[in-house]
Amino acid sequence: MTTAVAKTGPVPDYDYKIVRQFTIMSVVWGIFGMGMGVLIAAQLAWPQLNDIWQPFSHFGRLRPLHTNAVIFAFGGSVLFATSYYVVQRTCQTRLWGGWLIPFTFWGWQVVIIAAAITLPMGYTSTKEYAELEWPIDILIALIWIAYALVFFGTIAQRRTSHIYVANWFFGAYIITIAALHIVNNLEIPIYPFKSYSIFSGTKDAMIQWWYGHNAVGFFLTAAFLGIMYYFVPKQANRPIYSYQLSIVHFWALISIYVWAGGHHLHYSALPDWTQSLAMVMSIILLAPSWGGMINGIMTLSGAWHKLRTDPTLRFLVVSLSFYGMSTFEGPMMSIKTVNALSHNTDWTIGHVHSGALGWVAMISIGALYHLVPVLWKRKEMYSVKLINAHFWLATVGTVLYIAAMWVNGITQGLMWRAFNADGTLTYSFVESVIASHPGYVVRLIGGGFFLLGMLLMAYNVFRTVTEKENEAHNDNTVRSVQPA
Amino acid sequence: MIDILRQIAVVLGALAFLGVCWWAFSPKRKKRFEEDARLPFEDEELSEKSAENASKKQEKGQDKK
Repeated sequence: MTTAVAKTGPVPDYDYKIVRQFTIMSVVWGIFGMGMGVLIAAQLAWPQLNDIWQPFSHFGRLRPLHTNAVIFAFGGSVLFATSYYVVQRTCQTRLWGGWLIPFTFWGWQVVIIAAAITLPMGYTSTKEYAELEWPIDILIALIWIAYALVFFGTIAQRRTSHIYVANWFFGAYIITIAALHIVNNLEIPIYPFKSYSIFSGTKDAMIQWWYGHNAVGFFLTAAFLGIMYYFVPKQANRPIYSYQLSIVHFWALISIYVWAGGHHLHYSALPDWTQSLAMVMSIILLAPSWGGMINGIMTLSGAWHKLRTDPTLRFLVVSLSFYGMSTFEGPMMSIKTVNALSHNTDWTIGHVHSGALGWVAMISIGALYHLVPVLWKRKEMYSVKLINAHFWLATVGTVLYIAAMWVNGITQGLMWRAFNADGTLTYSFVESVIASHPGYVVRLIGGGFFLLGMLLMAYNVFRTVTEKENEAHNDNTVRSVQPA
Repeated sequence: MIDILRQIAVVLGALAFLGVCWWAFSPKRKKRFEEDARLPFEDEELSEKSAENASKKQEKGQDKK
C-alpha cells in the first residue's frame, strides 16, 4: 500500500495571490448581493420602493440580480478561493495553469459586472438562475473550462498519491456545472442580447429544472461540502469523523441529486410519472445528505468545548445544522401532498434561504475567517469578538427570515385552497397578500441582521489585512517559527 | 423491452452502491483511509505543526477509552 503523502521536501510555494483576490471579492460581492436582497425584501413590504428609478429598480429586474449576485458572485468567488486553496494544499503542489488562473478571476469579475448592468436593463433569457443572455453565457463557459483545466491540471501535478475527498466534491461540481450551464443555455441568438432556447414547452421546463436543481445540488451543495471536508477538520484540528463514510457520501450524493429536479414542476404539465420519480429520488436524497452532515458534525465529537471559544468553528458547525434542517425540509416538500400546500408560497423562499443563508453563506463565512489569517500571515483575525457578533447576527437573522416565511407560506397555502360550501374560493388573492405583510417586514429585519453581520466582516477583514502591528495581540503577524 | 432495461438498471445501480460500500468499509482498507483522512494536516507550515502534534496526542488518548 502506498502512503498518501510525500514526506520529503519543504512546503511548496503555493499560489495564494489568486486565493486572496477571490477572498476579498467574496466579501465585496456578498455585501452587494445581500444588500440587493434586503432592498427587494423592502420592496415586497413597501411596494412604493419599486419606483426609486423605474424601470431599472423594478422588483422583477432586481430579483434576478439578487439571486445571481449571491449565488454566482458571492458563492462563486468563495468557491474559486476555497477550491484553489484546498487543491493546492491537499495535493501539495503549486496551482497549475499559468495565464488561465488570472483569466478565471478577471473573467468572473467581468461576468458579474455584465450581469449587474444587463439584468436591470431588462435583458434576460427568463430561465431562473440562468437569466444572463448569450454573450455572457459564452464567456461563463470559457471561464469554466479554464477553471476545470486549472483545477484538474493541478490534481494531475499532485505530489500525493491519494486525491483528498474535498477535491472529489470540487471536481464533481466543476464538471457538472459545465454540463448544466452549456446544455441549459443552448439557444438561438436573435440580437446581441436576445435569444430563444432551442428547447420548447415541457421539455424546456424539464431541462431548466434539471439545471436549476443541480445548480442547488452541485454548486450550492457538493462544492460547499468540499469546503466542509477541508475546513471543518482544519478548524477543529482533527481529521474527518469517518473517511470511509465520506466516500459513500460522495458517490451516493452525486448519483441521486441529478434525478430530483422534477419536483420543481409538481402539478405542472410534466408527465405524472416524472413528477413521482422526482419525488421518490428527492426522498432518497435525505440519506446521503444526512450522512454527510453527520460526518461533519461528528468530527467535533470529543471536542465540543471548542465551540465555546471559537466562533469560526461555530459558523462551520451551525451551518451543518442548517444543512441538516433544509435537507430534511426539501424531501418533505417534494412529497406531492405536502407540495400541494407549499407550491408557489413563501415556504419555498423560506426553504431556499434556510439553505442559502444558514448553510451556504455560513459555511462560506466560516471558511473565510479561517482563510484570511492564513493568506495574510496573521495569527488570527483582527477581532475575534467581531466574529462572534457576526455569528449571532447571522444566526438570528436566518432564524427570523425562515420563521417569517414558514408562517407566510402556510398561511398562503391554506388561504388559497380554502373553499366555501358552494365551491367558491373563501379568500381573494389580495387577502393572502395582506395577511403576508407582517411576515415580509420580519423577513426584511432578518435579512438586515444578516447584512449587518457581513459589514462587520468587511471591517474585520479590512483591519486584519491592513494592520501592521496590533498592540492588543502583541503583533498579529506571523514571522517565522512560532513556539507552541 | 424498456421495462427489462429498467430492471437491469435498478439491479446495476444497487450493485454499484453495494460495491462502493464494500470498497469503502472493507477492513483491509481501514488503515489506508485513516491515513488519507490526515492529508489536510500533512503540509503544515512549521508554525502550524506544533498545534497538530498536540491534537495527535489528544486523539491517542481518546482511542484508549
